[in-house]
Amino acid sequence: MNTLTRENRDADCAQTEQFIVPPASVIEGSDGYTLEVEMPGVNKDGLDISIENNELTIIGRRSLPKIEGTLIHHESRSESFRRTFELDPSIGADKISARIEQGLVTLTLPKAEHVKPRKITVS
Amino acid sequence: MSLIRYQAPELTPWSASDRWNTLRDELNSFFELPLWSSFPRAGQLFTGWSPALDLYQSTDNIVAVVELPGMRKEDIENSLHDGTLTISGERKRESTDGEKAERTERYVGVFRRSIALPTRVDASKVSATYRDGILIVTLPKAEEVKPKQIQVS
Repeated sequence: MNTLTRENRDADCAQTEQFIVPPASVIEGSDGYTLEVEMPGVNKDGLDISIENNELTIIGRRSLPKIEGTLIHHESRSESFRRTFELDPSIGADKISARIEQGLVTLTLPKAEHVKPRKITVS
Repeated sequence: MSLIRYQAPELTPWSASDRWNTLRDELNSFFELPLWSSFPRAGQLFTGWSPALDLYQSTDNIVAVVELPGMRKEDIENSLHDGTLTISGERKRESTDGEKAERTERYVGVFRRSIALPTRVDASKVSATYRDGILIVTLPKAEEVKPKQIQVS
């Protein structure tokens, strides 16, 4: 089955803002998919989720606390996060819900009613 | 475990003798340490997850900022031993029956990250906060390493 997970890496190249691709996991359950995206430093206000042309885009802009002092060892990145997925036709786009908890975005993408397995009783 | 040595950020002017010293140190450490210690950030290959860590220094504090998205506060452990800060923990994922992972990029399991602190700190006054997936550990410097003005009498 063609799934939600087809990723669109070159959705648009004309943007000026720099983005990095955050790690994501997709879990398929019987009722739909769960999508988890890691965005440390992002809270509810910095999260921007949109669906356009069957394409789900998740953008996270960090709001990091100011820390006093000089940076003496640096590994983190400061760019915003962005990840785009193509939605599987089986997903009911109007029923998608999202939450963010400790920098982890969790999206619940329920399958539309018509694709859920259904038993047909023989009469 | 990936132990990353403290490195001063300023660039030192290039000099041939420095290069030789560095090479000698590297060769020495190559024989002294297990192989993977030579590749600090590649530690992920061997240990699974090596969260990004930033270290700040001010007059009074050393502050460590670690990216740990999607953890529970209770699952994070900080310890300080012999001038080395270690952050460890376990990320768990509750799975229910009938689930199928389509794509797994997030690391699940145990992690451990250590960093040698540049100065001595007061272990009794260390504090930590965890918010938006970012752990901030504030380590007040030990009194004897803080800069002091000495009055000439």
